[in-house]
Amino acid sequence: MTFLDPLLKGDIDLTVVLIVIGKTIATFALLLVAVLFYIWFLRKIIADMQDRIGPYNAGPFGIFQTVADGIKLFFKEQSMPRSADKPVFLIAPYLSILPAFLAFSIVPIGGLVSIAGHKTYLQLAELPIGVLWLLAMSGLGLYGVMLAGWSSGSKYPLLGAVRASAQLLSYEAAFSLAIVGVLIQSGTLSTRGIVNGQAWTGNFLEGLGHWYVRPAIVAFVIFIIAALAETNHPPFDLVEAEQELVGGFHTEYTGIRFAIFFLAEFMNVITMSAIAVTLFLGGPAGPKLGFLDASNTINVWVMPVFWFMLKLLVLLYGTVWIRATLPRLRYDQLMALGWKYMIEIAFLWLMVSGVVVIGREEEWNLWIVVPAAAAGAVLVYGVLWASMTKSGELTEQEQIH
Amino acid sequence: MGVVEFLRGFTVPIRQVFRPKLTEFFPKEKRPKPARFHGRHVLNRYEDGMEKCIGCELCAGVCPARCIYVRGADNPPDAPIAPGERYGFVYEINYLRCIHCDMCVEACPTEAITETKQFEYSFTNRDDSIYTKDELLVDDDGRARRLPWELWMGFEDDDTSAWMRATSPSGDADYEGRVAWAGELGYGVRPPERGQSEAQSGARDAAEGDGA
Repeated sequence: MTFLDPLLKGDIDLTVVLIVIGKTIATFALLLVAVLFYIWFLRKIIADMQDRIGPYNAGPFGIFQTVADGIKLFFKEQSMPRSADKPVFLIAPYLSILPAFLAFSIVPIGGLVSIAGHKTYLQLAELPIGVLWLLAMSGLGLYGVMLAGWSSGSKYPLLGAVRASAQLLSYEAAFSLAIVGVLIQSGTLSTRGIVNGQAWTGNFLEGLGHWYVRPAIVAFVIFIIAALAETNHPPFDLVEAEQELVGGFHTEYTGIRFAIFFLAEFMNVITMSAIAVTLFLGGPAGPKLGFLDASNTINVWVMPVFWFMLKLLVLLYGTVWIRATLPRLRYDQLMALGWKYMIEIAFLWLMVSGVVVIGREEEWNLWIVVPAAAAGAVLVYGVLWASMTKSGELTEQEQIH
Repeated sequence: MGVVEFLRGFTVPIRQVFRPKLTEFFPKEKRPKPARFHGRHVLNRYEDGMEKCIGCELCAGVCPARCIYVRGADNPPDAPIAPGERYGFVYEINYLRCIHCDMCVEACPTEAITETKQFEYSFTNRDDSIYTKDELLVDDDGRARRLPWELWMGFEDDDTSAWMRATSPSGDADYEGRVAWAGELGYGVRPPERGQSEAQSGARDAAEGDGA
């Protein structure tokens, strides 16, 4: 069976390969169904918040509305500008959806289960460098946007792509620094390791304290904001901005290719929420059913998945809530928030939490060390700030007035 | 603090969740129209089946959108279509142009043209958008023709003037004297106009009243 052995290692047999293939298909299907469900969920909730009822015609409670939209988009005519760079134009939508899917592959959905005698995690890929993989994939997603705008051979998509690239690059730094805030606590890059680091046995409320959201609360807030900006979610949806742009980077896209961009965007929202659950909210960890045996199928298979889905759903509701509440940022506000505040605060938090973690290990007196670290950080920022403000010179705003 | 205000903003959409929904299920349900709503027109008839239109073309003359086309003709003496000398031989309204201003209704000397509350019509070609006399004339019960491209649900008649049904050829006496006001000029609601001298004396009376 060597031909079925992708790594040419002796201990991988057909069952393992089949399990991997099964998990891949299951994860892909899960994500696609989740996107369909999420779009319906989003429209219903946002309608609720606007005194409407949302889609109700297609199926019970309009649950098949997204399917109907997808079918419509699938059969629509597709056009391509004559000046487009054909191969790049055709491949760009897939460049944006593939990283969205691949980033999800490291998310632990459930616990350790045994399929046909093999112990395996309910997670598509358990990489030792899981978080780096996530960062790489979220960086690659930018290529889909950028190449789509560039290859359209038209001015509006190009401008939209430049806007989008600048936004995604700006928030990449704060996003990564927020994740490092968790890595300092966990000491591992593997998502399974991070989830295990938050697991607990016993009291539920006590267990909440084990989530990394407690020691990394600022990192959590920064992660949420940066993730919203990374996924072009309102209030950072300047990339599409229906009211101001023709369509942004996907102006020239029609039919199913256009749909794929949106699929990728919503997939990214779900993936980022799943990552937030993994990094900060304990992933699939949660209390088991006490009246059943610990090795019972429900406790092993269902409960971790249930807790994961519940936490994911809460975060997704939060994204819809944010979408319904906040107005879109202006572009200079977007850049100012990203560069002037998010990165700095994330760095500061990183320094302080680094000192706290090291201080605990070395048994330093935290009441002295932490204020000293904070004071040092503030001093550094003060020097930076003083050196960057030119006193005698009017700022651009003042010159205008 | 800005942060408090920022977080307070998040309570706004959540409050909305618990409020009643305003959605109307339009193609399934229709809301009653306002009393003075202007829909598509009808051409009315007398109790004896005669058409009220006398082909005077005042409606066409007053129409700001120029959407009405009327051609009058002499009534055939042995089988008159309208009382009097002439009748509307051709009567067409182009609903791609009509702005439903109701000036034709005001101009009509015989109350031949009035408006219903029907506005839920959508045609797929320009021929259908031009309503001919056949389509505009009310039937023997005084009801508007129900054309296949119009959305009728049965209760729309309640929103139109009852006299259309009371005075039509096989009209229903139940509607006699009932007002379901549709905004047609002069029907039942407004007092009759006064002559000029009377109006002036009335104005003088009012002025004197003010002085006293």
